[in-house]
Amino acid sequence: MALLELRNITKRFGRLEAVKEVSLAIEAGEFFTLLGPSGCGKTTILRMIAGFDAPDEGELFLDGKPLSGIAPEKRPVHTVFQSYALFPHLTVAGNIAFPLEMIGRPADEILQRVRETLELVHLEDKGSAFPHELSGGQKQRVALARGLVNKPRVLLLDEPLGALDAKLRERMQGELVALQREVGVTFVFVTHAQQEALALSHRIAVMNAGRVEQLDVPEVLYSSPKNRFVADFIGNINVLNCLVAESSPHGLRLNVEGLGEIAAPAHPEIAAGTHGVLALRPEYLRVGPATVQASLKNRFLGTVSEYLFLGDETVYKILLDNGTVLEALVANAAPGRARFHDIGERVQVEWRHDAGVFLLA
Amino acid sequence: MRAFSFWPKGFLQCFLKGDRLTRWLVTLPPSLFLVIFFLLPSLIMVAASFREPGEFGGLAPLAERGLTLEAYRFLAEDIIYLWILAKSFLVAGLTTLFCLLLAFPVALLIARSPKRQRDFLVLLVILPFASNFLIRIYAWIMILGPMNLLYSPVAVILGMVYVHLPFMVLPLYTNLEKHDPALLEAAQDLGAGAWTRFWRITFPLSLPGVFSGAALVFIPVLGMFAVPELLGGTGDILIGNLIKEQFLDNRDWPLGASLSLGLTAAVLGVAALSAVLTRRRTGKLGAGT
Ligand SMILES: Nc1ncnc2c1ncn2[C@@H]1O[C@H](COP(=O)(O)OP(=O)(O)OP(=O)(O)O)[C@@H](O)[C@H]1O
Ligand SMILES: [Mg+2]
Repeated sequence: MALLELRNITKRFGRLEAVKEVSLAIEAGEFFTLLGPSGCGKTTILRMIAGFDAPDEGELFLDGKPLSGIAPEKRPVHTVFQSYALFPHLTVAGNIAFPLEMIGRPADEILQRVRETLELVHLEDKGSAFPHELSGGQKQRVALARGLVNKPRVLLLDEPLGALDAKLRERMQGELVALQREVGVTFVFVTHAQQEALALSHRIAVMNAGRVEQLDVPEVLYSSPKNRFVADFIGNINVLNCLVAESSPHGLRLNVEGLGEIAAPAHPEIAAGTHGVLALRPEYLRVGPATVQASLKNRFLGTVSEYLFLGDETVYKILLDNGTVLEALVANAAPGRARFHDIGERVQVEWRHDAGVFLLA
Repeated sequence: MRAFSFWPKGFLQCFLKGDRLTRWLVTLPPSLFLVIFFLLPSLIMVAASFREPGEFGGLAPLAERGLTLEAYRFLAEDIIYLWILAKSFLVAGLTTLFCLLLAFPVALLIARSPKRQRDFLVLLVILPFASNFLIRIYAWIMILGPMNLLYSPVAVILGMVYVHLPFMVLPLYTNLEKHDPALLEAAQDLGAGAWTRFWRITFPLSLPGVFSGAALVFIPVLGMFAVPELLGGTGDILIGNLIKEQFLDNRDWPLGASLSLGLTAAVLGVAALSAVLTRRRTGKLGAGT
């Protein structure tokens, strides 16, 4: 049985449907992420789990028991707010002790657990500091410590890293994963940063306009997006308009305007004559000098029109002879040589037949 | 074309850079005002308290009668004056307490109503000031008379609370309005019920407002003579009435002056205490109000 279950949840604000028939089952100990663009209803879902808002339709279950009618203060669910919402008149230790005081633990136990939790988030020496004396990353850790100290069944995190700069953000991501593994508390994490979601989560629900578009483990979401929205939202992707020329158990033959035929993996539900797109990850493309003998079936000639040097990798924009532009990500692996190709250079682009994913337009 | 400016060129720069002369020029008028209208009268009071009363009010000529400690000796001899001062402090304390108890829910209600309604509600709180003070007190006489409460300590405190309530509501509201609602949600999320949220979050954060409201009520109540005179019985004399009597009825200016100085000293003591308490709190809060 899932630890936390949302069954057909719908939430309206006036005429706006912020969340539409969302069903999720979150397992105990999971690092679960809600990923989606701004305004897609992520915070609204968290607020319903925490108990600040009630769903208009559907029901939430914790350990199989319905949550409706249980006040937020009675739910074994804590939230780390994006603004942290640390109590400004209490010290760091006072903030962390707060939830323990609420459940009436004896003073010596509180002291002990506050100390342990401070250690857990590497803030041993900050117990007597006030929130305004802390840096952004330290506030973030206090908020985490406060949410975790009395071991809630579920910890909700609403874009907890949103206010941090890139470097600190990366470090906190690492700490967050380690922390979750160490305490074993179920995390429901909200973010609109797809890389963050891929890096941290066990499973991700990709949301759009109040609905869950796809729910899966990061690897599957990345390599087999179910639709255009998920493909576009997660990572970079090349999209080619195409028509299905032939559909067989061995694979699809797609006709791309101006390019010719492309081979793609089999798709039992797709019949010949269907219009759609072929989605191709930039790192699945192989780029080489135009003179080298082709080894793959999907091979086209073009010219490098632009590149973006990223240090370890380079993104090449390649203008194919029919006018299509493809992005290819190439590792800069050769020592003594920063990059392989220059602007204006003739190159060939090729990819395995199973590199692309056919999606309905 | 250079825009017309009231200030001489470079004035602002000089001021901001802390040019000595300019700073002097700017601070001079307010300083002068304070010297003339606050410090000077206070000094005159001090001087008056060491003189002898004139035959028909005022002060006796200095050349004939010289300086004397008569007024202070008189005060020191009769315990009644100390008793009246203590009673005045009690009334001021009770008034402050009742004002706080009444004003807190009102201020909280205003601070938590929709933004558009807040200004209107604040206007309602200060609306009584639009009508004359004496008329409002006479209205209380008409209300309390039939209820057999007139000329009693209850009537005095009721009137005092009524008059000073807005001075408590406004600073409290100003403070409460700034509270981040996310803090209450966080507290609730972490297991705090409504009562606990109030005592652990809202109230401690409102203390700066409580202290300034308390000062704004407590200090004026100490000097107030109209309310006890109109609503209180003859036995309900407070320090304000006593001072007023010395000047207007008994024509004993030195005694009135010494009483007044005693009151000023007491008020300054309370104000200092309040300032220290407020500083301690806001120090902890960092940028608190
Ligand atoms: N209290 C409310 N009243 C009216 N509309 C609301 C309310 N809360 C949220 N909404 C609307 O519901 C939709 C979803 O909001 P929500 O805050 O859940 O988005 P989000 O996914 O968290 O976005 P972001 O990434 O920007 O935080 C938005 O269109 C928002 O305007
Ligand atoms: Mg949000």
